[in-house]
Amino acid sequence: MDILIFLLPTALLMGLVGLAAFLWAMKTGQFDDLEGDAARILYDDETPAPVDAPRGKKA
Amino acid sequence: MSIAADHSGVVPRVETEGDVNRLMLAVDGIHCAACVQRIERALTAEPDVVGARVNFTTRRLSLAWRGAPARATDFIDRLDDMGFTARPFDAGKLAAADAANDRRLMRAMAVAGFAAGNVMWLAISVWAGVFADMGPATRGLLNWVQALIALPAVVYAGMPFYSSAWHAVRSGRVNMDVPITVGVSLAAVMSLVQAIIGAEEVYFDAAISLVFLLLVGRFLDQRARGRARAAATHLLSLAVTEVTRVTADGRTEFVPIEAVRPGDHLLVAAGAKLPVDGIVYAGRSALDTSTLTGESVPATVGVGDQVFAGTINTGGALTIEAKAVGPDTVLAEIVRCMEAAEQGRARYVVLADRLAKLYVPVVHGLALITFLGWWLWPMHADWTVALLNAVAVLIITCPCALAIAVPAVQVTASGRLFKRGILLKSATALERLAEVDTIVFDKTGTLTEGRPELVDAAKVPAAALTLASGLAAASRHPLCLALRRAAGDVPALTGVVELPGDGLEATVDGRLVRLGRRDFAAPTAPEIDDGCAEMWLAGEGQAPVRLAFRDAPRTDAASVVAAVKRRGYRVALLSGDRPAAVAALADQLGITEWRAAQRPADKVAAIEALKAEGARVLMVGDGINDAPSLAAAHASMAPSAAADISRTTADVIFQGAGLDAVPATLDVSHRAQRLVVQNLVISLLYNATLVPLAVIGLVTPLIAAVAMSVSSLTVILNALRLGRAGKGTQTWTS
Repeated sequence: MDILIFLLPTALLMGLVGLAAFLWAMKTGQFDDLEGDAARILYDDETPAPVDAPRGKKA
Repeated sequence: MSIAADHSGVVPRVETEGDVNRLMLAVDGIHCAACVQRIERALTAEPDVVGARVNFTTRRLSLAWRGAPARATDFIDRLDDMGFTARPFDAGKLAAADAANDRRLMRAMAVAGFAAGNVMWLAISVWAGVFADMGPATRGLLNWVQALIALPAVVYAGMPFYSSAWHAVRSGRVNMDVPITVGVSLAAVMSLVQAIIGAEEVYFDAAISLVFLLLVGRFLDQRARGRARAAATHLLSLAVTEVTRVTADGRTEFVPIEAVRPGDHLLVAAGAKLPVDGIVYAGRSALDTSTLTGESVPATVGVGDQVFAGTINTGGALTIEAKAVGPDTVLAEIVRCMEAAEQGRARYVVLADRLAKLYVPVVHGLALITFLGWWLWPMHADWTVALLNAVAVLIITCPCALAIAVPAVQVTASGRLFKRGILLKSATALERLAEVDTIVFDKTGTLTEGRPELVDAAKVPAAALTLASGLAAASRHPLCLALRRAAGDVPALTGVVELPGDGLEATVDGRLVRLGRRDFAAPTAPEIDDGCAEMWLAGEGQAPVRLAFRDAPRTDAASVVAAVKRRGYRVALLSGDRPAAVAALADQLGITEWRAAQRPADKVAAIEALKAEGARVLMVGDGINDAPSLAAAHASMAPSAAADISRTTADVIFQGAGLDAVPATLDVSHRAQRLVVQNLVISLLYNATLVPLAVIGLVTPLIAAVAMSVSSLTVILNALRLGRAGKGTQTWTS
């Protein structure tokens, strides 16, 4: 049962990381607009691509 | 419905930090994510703009730019050109406190979720270890780790329940939070004692998972109500902030609304909103009064007529003399009415809390009997053993199933209604809907389509209809639009002049023709009052023709009214419209109880009168003028096309062209209420079975955990029956 000495802290640490990630996401306002942000991925990228990777763009 | 804001010449309050200006705008007219993209793209393309982000959920735009703060009006105009109405939004303290509360609950939920998950796997190890070969040292370690995780989490995450219970007890009441608090804290304290004395049994898992489950329910409830409050502040931002005042020597000046005194003369431009209640001093115009009366056809006003704040000037410029300012205006009265009415509803005690009133003394009495029974007589045991058994009684009776019984039904019921396009907003709405025995309808926009249609188009001479429609093409007046719809594709006439408040005038083939009010177009024609809105067409070589318009009832209005009457509901109609129009509709739909010309406060008074008679009123309405009565009624419904404020005040919002959502919702609420009662009975039965075991000292943590899960599962499964039962049984509406 000595393995518990490693397993318990490891498992709890992983859980705490998850909790911290959630609290961080909440603090940075990622749950403020669930409806709008869900659609944001569908927008076309307006900003021009970097010079070294030119992108075909319709006139 | 959206209300154009008066922002001519107004510089909104801009927050400037360094050289970056920030502004929050409430934007009307955002319907989909594509609108969000259009707005953000257009504004980002403007020079100097460093950030434009729309929150689709709250319909608010936060904007940041470099340079002059006064450019704010340019951006608002830019949005206006794109078809969006934006106005400065001052979130205020209320919204900030609300958001803080929201976050506190979410944080508590996250902590409780983390703790519940981790305590649970440790607890399962211990239970499993009972059967396998686990030494007391390992068990002790696992129990202490559980304590380490669960105790801080129970103290922190359970706060909302403890403070609610404390408030209730201090004011001499009892709610469901009292037994929850007692159960959770006793389970935690007793488990800690058990861990210290090295006993086998701890209840940390029961305590923390109960807190987590209950927090989830509370969070969802808080979200729904938070949205309602956000929209109420949205309405307040409608108030005009700056006005044009005419000084004694005839000049005009911009002054803040607070500086206006009764007796001042104010200039109201076409398209602007009236800032105060008053009387018309100069000018003629048509006012869109839909915010106050719900009536879609603009009212014509001239010198000496009384006008109200919040209505929109759709015609020519007006000069009005202020009579009532700020808190004395009718618009402010609506907001006050609504707030007062909502406080009344907040006092509603749900069935679960009423049950708690009985439940708490019984359970705590049992625990006391157990303690005394074990300690003094007949058991004569050690007082510690007696205390443990008494605490076990309290833990086993901790109302887990009881607390889930109601939310489980609510979730399935709202899911079922959602599929039909009916949105349930309030947590206690189902219970209140089930108690309803009287239904009060609003007229315009609720029983009717909310837009005028030409009456008997076939009886109007074709030539007159073509001529009238040609003239009407020049105007956006609702009656002209109705005329265009009725006449079909008719070429527009040129050279048409619109005289605000009167009508249209044009010279056709050298003859002067007029379309508009009777005393403008055909002063010699006899007056007809049949409750219809009307326009007259007359001129040289054109005999006066009366064009009557009526707001057509929704197609299923009559059948829905008949159906709810058959079910034994009392039906009434309250309208801000003129008596003749209301009488005609009431007659058509078979409603015998109706009142016309009701102002918002009159509607509330009428509903209060019904309540005083002992009636439980369901209010169905859509306009801003209905918002106070929606709040005052026992339960309320609004169509999804309703004004923002009504949608947020109403308990239930329904989509679609018909009214059949009303009987459908009542139907679901009745069945949901039956299931709630069943669930409460199941929870009590479970307690009745297990409490004797606890009293005689046979409850172990394993029994407690299994019993808790089984009882919770039973009530959830029972609630799910609502999703299946009664599919296709809505035939009674037809």
